[in-house]
Parts: sequence; C-alpha cells; structure tokens
Amino acid sequence: MSASATVAAPPKGSGAVLVLSVLAAFLAIMAAGLSEDPIFRFQAGLACLAGVISAFFLIGGLAGGTLRDAPDRYADGVIKAGVVATMFWAAVGLLVGVVIASQLAWPRIFYFPEAGWLNFGRLRPVHTSGVIFAFGGNALIATSFWVVQRTCKARLAGGIAPWFVFWGYQLFIVLAATGYLAGATQGREYAEPEWYVDIWLTIVWVVYLLVFLGTIWKRREPHIYVANWFYLAFIVTIALLHLVNNAAVPVGLLNHKSYGVFSGVQDALVQWWYGHNAVGFFLTAGFLGMMYYFVPKRVERPVYSYRLSIVHFWALIFIYIWAGPHHLHYTALPQWAQTLGMTFSIMLWMPSWGGMINGLMTLSGAWDKLRTDPVVRMMVVSIAFYGMSTFEGPVMSIRAVNALSHYTDWTIGHVHSGALGWVGFISFGAVYCMVPWLWKKPAIYSNKLIEWHFWLATTGILLYIAAMWVSGIMEGLMWREYTPQGFLAYSFIETVSAKHVENVIRMVGGAMYLAGALIMIVNLWRTVRMPGAIEPAVAAAPALATA
Amino acid sequence: MSLWKHHAKFERHSLWLIIGILVVVSIGGLVEIAPLFWLQGTIEKVDGMRPYTPLELEGRDIYAREGCYLCHSQMIRPLRDEVERYGHYSLAAESLYDHPFQWGSKRTGPDLARVGGKYSDAWHRDHLIDPRAVVPESVMPPYKFLAETELDYRDLVDKMKAQRAVGVPYTVDDLANAKTDLEAQADPYSTGAVGLRKRYGAKAVNRDFDGDPDKITEMDALVAYLQMLGTLVDFSSYKAQAPENQR
Repeated sequence: MSASATVAAPPKGSGAVLVLSVLAAFLAIMAAGLSEDPIFRFQAGLACLAGVISAFFLIGGLAGGTLRDAPDRYADGVIKAGVVATMFWAAVGLLVGVVIASQLAWPRIFYFPEAGWLNFGRLRPVHTSGVIFAFGGNALIATSFWVVQRTCKARLAGGIAPWFVFWGYQLFIVLAATGYLAGATQGREYAEPEWYVDIWLTIVWVVYLLVFLGTIWKRREPHIYVANWFYLAFIVTIALLHLVNNAAVPVGLLNHKSYGVFSGVQDALVQWWYGHNAVGFFLTAGFLGMMYYFVPKRVERPVYSYRLSIVHFWALIFIYIWAGPHHLHYTALPQWAQTLGMTFSIMLWMPSWGGMINGLMTLSGAWDKLRTDPVVRMMVVSIAFYGMSTFEGPVMSIRAVNALSHYTDWTIGHVHSGALGWVGFISFGAVYCMVPWLWKKPAIYSNKLIEWHFWLATTGILLYIAAMWVSGIMEGLMWREYTPQGFLAYSFIETVSAKHVENVIRMVGGAMYLAGALIMIVNLWRTVRMPGAIEPAVAAAPALATA
Repeated sequence: MSLWKHHAKFERHSLWLIIGILVVVSIGGLVEIAPLFWLQGTIEKVDGMRPYTPLELEGRDIYAREGCYLCHSQMIRPLRDEVERYGHYSLAAESLYDHPFQWGSKRTGPDLARVGGKYSDAWHRDHLIDPRAVVPESVMPPYKFLAETELDYRDLVDKMKAQRAVGVPYTVDDLANAKTDLEAQADPYSTGAVGLRKRYGAKAVNRDFDGDPDKITEMDALVAYLQMLGTLVDFSSYKAQAPENQR
C-alpha cells in the first residue's frame, strides 16, 4: 500500500457514519415527537442529541481536515479515548456503589422521599451496569484494540468503525443508565436495558466483532496470539447471550416497555445462563485476554505454559456455559438441571485455576518485580483474587452450601472479590501499562501514588469482603435458627438490623476503593501532562512494526 | 505430541477458531435449557393460575420498574425455615405468566412470593410511603411518590397485546374490557367488578387499595399486585407427591 497517497484522506466510512448520524437524529426526533410515552420521549431525545453531536463533529472534522486516516500507523487515538472513558466510568460506577452502600447503612440520611429516582432499586442497576459494562466494557474494548493491533502487527480494520464502536458503546451506556433512573428496565438482573437499547448494543457489538476480526485477518503474524482467543470468545459469546436473553416483544414501537418471550422457570434459567456467563465471558474470558498480554509484557517473561493455555481456554469456555443453574438451587427449577449446574460449577474450579497458574507462573524468574513494581504487584494480586473467587464460587455452588449462602450478603461479597479484586485490579494494571505507552512518557508520574492506590484499594476490598462474609453467614444462620421450643428464633427485621455494622464497614471499604481509583486518575492526568521524554512529537503514533 | 500440532489450525484460521468457540459454548445451553421447553414435568399441574388482572399487571410493571426484585425474592425454597416463615414453597406453575420472572437473587428484605393477604392495604400504603414509620429498623427506600402519581394506563391494551404475543392467554373479551376492569378493581363500589370476577375469577377483589378515592394511583396498582402474590394456586387440590408433579 502506498502510505503517502492515502495519508490525508479521512478514515473510510466517515461519510456513511455522517449520513447515518443525521438520519438517526431525524428518526429519533420524530419518535420523540410521536410517542405518548414520557420515558421513550426522553430517551429518543437523548438519541437525537447524540446523532446531532456526532454529525456536528464529523462535519467539522471532514471540513477542517482534522479527521485523517494514517493507515501506516497503529490506531491509538481510539484507545486513548477508551482509557479516559474507562477511568471516567470507574469513578461513576464506584461512586454510585458507595452511595447505595450508604443507603443501606444509613437509610434515614441517604433516601430522599421527594426524589424517587435516587432510590436503591433504581441506582443499583446504575452501579452494576456502570461497573460491569461501562468500566469493564470500556477497559475490554480499549485493551482489546491495543492487544489485537500489537499481536497482529496490523492497524485496526474498518476505517472509522473503531470510533463508531467507541462512541456507540458510550451511547449505549448513557441510554441504559438514564433509562434506569427514569424507570426503563426489563426487570432482569444485569440485562436491565430495554429493547431499543438492546438493539443498539447489538449493532455496536457486531461492528466491534468485525473490527476485531478484520484486524486479525490483516495480521502479519502466522499465529493468532492466545490473548486474542480469549477476546474473541468474549465478543462472540456475549453476542450469543445478549441476543437470546433479550428476546422480547415491545409494547409498541414508540413505547419503552417490552415483555420477554420466556416466562417463569424457563425465563429463570435463560436469565441465569446469561447472567452467569456475563461473569464467565465478560468478566472472566475478556479479562484473561488482558492478563495474557499485559502480565508477560510488563514482567518481560513469556507466558508460563503454552499447552496449559490451550487446555484451560477450551475447558473454561466449555464448562462455564453449564454453570448457570447454581443460581437457582432449591428453586422451582427441575432438580436435574440444578445438579448439572452444580457439577459443572465444581469442575470449573480446574480450568479457572489453570488460568491463575499460567498467569502467576509467568512471573517465574521475575518475582523480584513484586517488590519493585507496584503495577506488577497489582496484577499479581488481581490474579490471586481471581484464584480466590474461582475457588469460592464452586464452593458456593454446592447445594448444601448454597442453602445457606443464597439470598445473603455472602453472594455480594463473592461478586466483589471478583469484580474489585480481579476485574478492577487487572484493568488498573493494564491502564497503568498503557498510559505511558500511549502518550509516549517514560513512566507513570508517581510510583508512590500507585503504592497508595494499591494499598488503599487492597485494604478496601478486604474490608468489603470480610464484612460481607460475616453479615452473609450471620443472616443465613439467623434465618434458620430455631428456639429450643421449635419456633423460628428471629423475625426477618432482626436479621436486617443485625447487619448494620457490617453495612458500615462495607461502605468504608468501597469508599477506600473509590479513593484509590481517584488517586489513579490524578496520577494518570499528571502522567499525560508530563513533558514527553522518550520520543519526539512526530512519533505520536508508532509506525507499524513491519515495513 | 502431534495432537498439540493440530491446535495450530485454530491459531492460524480465525474462522475455525470462531466455529470452535461457537460449538463449544453452545453445548451446555442446549443440553440444559432446551429440554425445559418440552419436558412435561417442568411445570406442575395446579388449579387456580390465571393471568394478571389489568390493575395487577400495571402494579407488576411498577414492581419491576422500581427494582423491587433487587432486594426481594419471590421464590420460597423447600427448606423448613422458609416454609415456616413464608408459606408453601414456590411452584414453577406460580410464575407461569411472569414475563419476566421475578424470583430475585437477594433478600435484603423478606421474600414476597406469598405476601398477598398477610398485611392490610393500609399497612402496605403506610409502609411504602415511609417504611421506617412502620418498621423502624427497615433499610427500604420510601415510595411516597407512588401515592401521588396517577397511574398512566393509556397503553394498557397494547401491554396486554404484547403479553398475549409472548404467550399469556388474555382473551378478546379481556382486551375489550381492559380499561373498565382496571377502573373497576380500584373502586370498592364498582358495578363492573362482576365482569372483572367473571374474567379473572372469584379471587379478584375490588378495593380502594391506596385509600384515596379520588384517583387511581400507582400505589393502587402496586398494592393490588402485592395483595394477590402467591394467593392463586389452590393448595388443597395440589398433590405434591403425584407422579406428574415429581421432578
């Protein structure tokens, strides 16, 4: 390809996206005008605004000539944006978490009778979607764009498509979160966005898959690197889960409300097939892809075992998909399905630890970096939390254990050891790695601040999960406690008030984790503002490695 | 050793990799979920199940909208303490018409599968408006606005049509009378209650659920829904040990 001839042209597809933005804005304003449903009007108005902003910037970029393609360089601009979005949504998602934790600790202070949209029930999906899909999703998209380019030695495919994926995904988040606050929800955990948001995400996700695959097709390496297997499994399986679980019939084309096609017991299993594999493929496979690139890169050691990575990859994705029914032990789900789910959940321990061992042992010969490099320490602790929660999970999936743990705070603690420990720390580690690379800085501004982040956050997680173990097991035991005369010993509300101290500790732990993330944001900001030291400005994006 | 070499096929051809992933992740779902749609024993045979009345359906939508399911389960497990605390364990048949299911996964508050009839309408109203006025240690959010917001049921018929499209057996008669049935159920003196009970059974009650006779509020709908939860199935005729109910 002749790089000099194409360097000034705008990215492929810019015109098409401009036309689509205008069209979308027009359709959205029509929908807002015609609909009688106030929530739908509000959401359509937001969509219209997004179309207008997109068209505005595209016209500006195309007319001013600032929107230029550079086919001989890696597409790093969209990754920079992804890093910013990752940290922004981390702050938002964690903050909402601290707010709802405060509501449970001090309900007399943190509830506002005049502002129903700030109630726990509406904020909780903002917290879960904010952390899983906004923070985690942006971290996954940004790192996958980085990893697939470097390991394929090819620029991201699709011209402007990566930017469409980025901004389309942000629009998905904004529509989902504002929808929850306004009262638009499917009423299914972790799949709350309503039908029109689901359709939009499907479009964005298909483009994401095509960008990722297109980059792999362009690769100048014979092999697809192991991290990309995991990213690909994540993208493909999430698409499958999303489409099946969100199958619904809208009340009207101008109405926000829809009803899922499944009901009752079938709906329950479809939902937890989705829900558990959102954990398995969004929060595990995707972040394992992150681990398989950033850990070896940072410690400058090869992945411990190639064969282990093959075995645990296929075993992990095969077994995970069966584990959903362990969310439905002792329910009206037929027992054969519960037993299958439990069996596979216990088996899942092995491939999970295969991944943990492969990640940890990659440090062979470089263990001293634990002492000297706080980023390595963060990633290693992340893998340790991964190992811990993938051991705890199978234990909790045993029916007899689940009889105690289900419906209690223990589950909440388990989720947070995975989300804060594994997902959060591996993402923070990857971002700490990428920011100096992306902005051409010799290192992060302050290692001391990374230390502060690490210790605040680690202590916060430990406070959080310890509090939830105590309160979860306590309430589980209180619910089933009998007096010597054979009566239930406690009324339900006694088990609620017994948890007050643990609720406060949980809130403190969460606030510490949030404080760590805010310190990180300051640190990253200072890093970006540091004078560039290693390369002149010309190399704002590195040339592709192969001529 | 040659076995490892075969893996190169997946590493060199993205199409093979995708096909491999799709095959491997499909098996579990197909084996576990698909049979639930055709195995006869999945849902028990019971008497008394009926679709929600229009007012209850609106109440149920409010229940989902406010995220009640995030803190309240609707699934009593067959464990001694749960059955004593909440009542008969939940049957699959009881959520037959639930799109979506609201079994929940967490009990920050108590299970609600059989809360219907346990408290008075006035208790529910007071408790929803200010939970701590009734239960001082409660951590539940206040829902004062439900009592102040008039129920918007302009799209009621569309909702019931969508429900019918996903399999809830609303009849033409149900659709034609949807709005009068809704208004009849919120009015203790309504003559339309006869028609309501003809369509939805003798257990459908018409009361002024929120204690405000001037308007039909979201509180009316939500309390109507809460007051029927778990009351439909006739457990005197349900035979847990019958072969068709063994799962």
